[in-house]
Amino acid sequence: MPAITVENLSKSYLVGHNAAQAERYTALRDVLARSARTLARKTRDMFQGRAIVQGDEVEEFWALKDVSFEVERGETLGIIGRNGAGKSTLLKVLSRITEPTKGRITIQGRVASLLEVGTGFHPELTGRENIFLNGAILGMTRAEIRRKFDEIVAFAEVETFLDTPVKRYSSGMYVRLAFAVAAHLEPEILVVDEVLAVGDANFQKKCLGKMGDVASEGRTVLFVSHNMAALLKICTRAILVRDGLLIDDGATGDVVKTYIEMGREKRGEVVWEEVSTAPGNTIIRLHAVRLVSEGRVTDEIDIQHDIRVEVEFWNLKPGAHISTSIHLLDRMGSGVLATANMHSANLIRDDWFGRPHPVGLYRSACILPGNFLNEGAYSINVIVQTDLTTTEARVDEVLTFMVHDTGAMRREYTGHWLGVVRPKLAWQTQLLPSVTQEVSA
Amino acid sequence: MTQPQTLIIEPGLADRTYWRDLWRYRELFYVLAWRDISVRYKQTIIGLAWALLRPFLTMVVFTVVFGKLAKLPTEGAAPYALMVFAGLLPWQFFSTALSESSNSLIGNANLISKVYFPRLIVPAAAVVVSFVDFLISFSILLGLFLWYQFLPGWQILTLPLFVVMAFLASLGPGLWITALNVKYRDFRYIIPFIVQVGLYLSPVGFSSSVVPEAWRLLYSLNPVVGVIDGFRWAILGGDSTLYIPGFLLSWGLIIFFLWLGIRQFRGMEKSFADLI
Repeated sequence: MPAITVENLSKSYLVGHNAAQAERYTALRDVLARSARTLARKTRDMFQGRAIVQGDEVEEFWALKDVSFEVERGETLGIIGRNGAGKSTLLKVLSRITEPTKGRITIQGRVASLLEVGTGFHPELTGRENIFLNGAILGMTRAEIRRKFDEIVAFAEVETFLDTPVKRYSSGMYVRLAFAVAAHLEPEILVVDEVLAVGDANFQKKCLGKMGDVASEGRTVLFVSHNMAALLKICTRAILVRDGLLIDDGATGDVVKTYIEMGREKRGEVVWEEVSTAPGNTIIRLHAVRLVSEGRVTDEIDIQHDIRVEVEFWNLKPGAHISTSIHLLDRMGSGVLATANMHSANLIRDDWFGRPHPVGLYRSACILPGNFLNEGAYSINVIVQTDLTTTEARVDEVLTFMVHDTGAMRREYTGHWLGVVRPKLAWQTQLLPSVTQEVSA
Repeated sequence: MTQPQTLIIEPGLADRTYWRDLWRYRELFYVLAWRDISVRYKQTIIGLAWALLRPFLTMVVFTVVFGKLAKLPTEGAAPYALMVFAGLLPWQFFSTALSESSNSLIGNANLISKVYFPRLIVPAAAVVVSFVDFLISFSILLGLFLWYQFLPGWQILTLPLFVVMAFLASLGPGLWITALNVKYRDFRYIIPFIVQVGLYLSPVGFSSSVVPEAWRLLYSLNPVVGVIDGFRWAILGGDSTLYIPGFLLSWGLIIFFLWLGIRQFRGMEKSFADLI
């Protein structure tokens, strides 16, 4: 009998949008009409018992979509994903803090959750008092706390400051104490959410050690972290969550690899096949961003060759005035350049700029000349706007590429060229006729 | 390890383990109340004294205004100050319990969004805090007995019953309002207003016998009236008479509000973490 069985779990939230910022020209009549509509909606929601959502339009946002997996007793499961993927929501549902919208979870055993370090700590109370407070909040009885009190204090290394209010504690002490209490819970299932993000290396080592002990006692542990090293150390199995979907489930090493690969996307191009999941909104959806050099899609660029940056997007609003721009960033994330397809910034002429675009799939491409960028790693931000002011779709660091110096400008000098750019410029030297001056030795 | 229990989480499923959880987390009632009380008195020297000073001064003011200036009658032969205090005691318990429990969920938002425990504990703990204040104020009552050399009758032994009545009277509306307050924050402004008006509407500064006979039953629609009358009867003994129909009506209303409060609270509980 598995400890946790998750079947088709889905969780949605209602997200409000304010129309005000999206409209350029706001007439008083529009403002009043919008306010009246919002008031009518809120009143209707109140009578129907639904949540009141701030904003003019309400969208349903699915934080978790049809997630299913099982966790066996005694297993340590790692949960990986980008920020906003739905990991914390998953833990909240498992901890019964929030209810699922659809689906079903079956749990065998008591669950103790550590979603935040120091939940319930009150700054005015002393360390000793906070141990009892926090322990009680996490579900321990006072007898249990008293029994483990010395262990907790020893783990936290705060003996000297036990009777000082925690508002005087350093952040390290605070976090150590908070984790110490939670670490001494004895549930059958322990759920931990990114609590290692705070604390120094020593603390992290201690926490991992403790979690490892918990696992070896035969308890089930669910661990969310961005720390791949930690996950590899204590988790036997991992699941990868992305945009609310469970996309990988297997041995920790394999899933971590998938996650890192996911971060890199396909070499030289990113494609979103589904309009509904592509970046953007109801007006613009990105389809693809790709780099083409020497006739091939690639992210390894030869310094002397042009790079064509292609941005493909769907326009969903007839008559939209669309402009495309990209930012180029260096290895450190500093801006190198920004460019867009507006007429005055264009070497050639882009006939579509300034024209109303019918609904359809478009490709905007620009050329970064060869012998321009210095060797190194770069990344690209892609922005598609309407009316030159409203950003409809934007993805930061959508692609990264490497420029390699293959020797075109290296016949004479083989060292490193200074700078972000490395263009070929026109140089000319001439002997100037000297009149009276003579160089004296 | 003991045989683990099976828990099923599904949208809309009634929580069969709720009342069992409430028992398992029973210590949390005490711990949360203890936390609020400790913190309150941590920063003050005079803190404890304030818990005594406030009801005492209110009693003095009411005695002067209603007893001496308005010359309203007392009950039987009891001193006016004692009669006022016998009503002030339950009123202060009720009003602070109601105010505190109404805001309790919002005030503990960080717990609600990060930890699981039966949420019913939060407003109940707030009422417990008010109860501790009540016990402190009770010592003033003993002081008054000594001052007026007033010996209470056998009725004083029934006081715990009326304390329970006051507890339930504040818990019901408190639960109802705190649940609604999470969703519709307007309720935060209603409570202080109700408490302010209630102080004069309820027979705190005066005896409910002042109300004409014909209106007595209608007056008892305010559940606090029954509680205060009960307290007066227990404390003043033979000097006070209990208006039975009004008293029973109060009980009825208390039970109704308790049922309404629990129902509203349990119905909305699952969405607290999402709305708070």
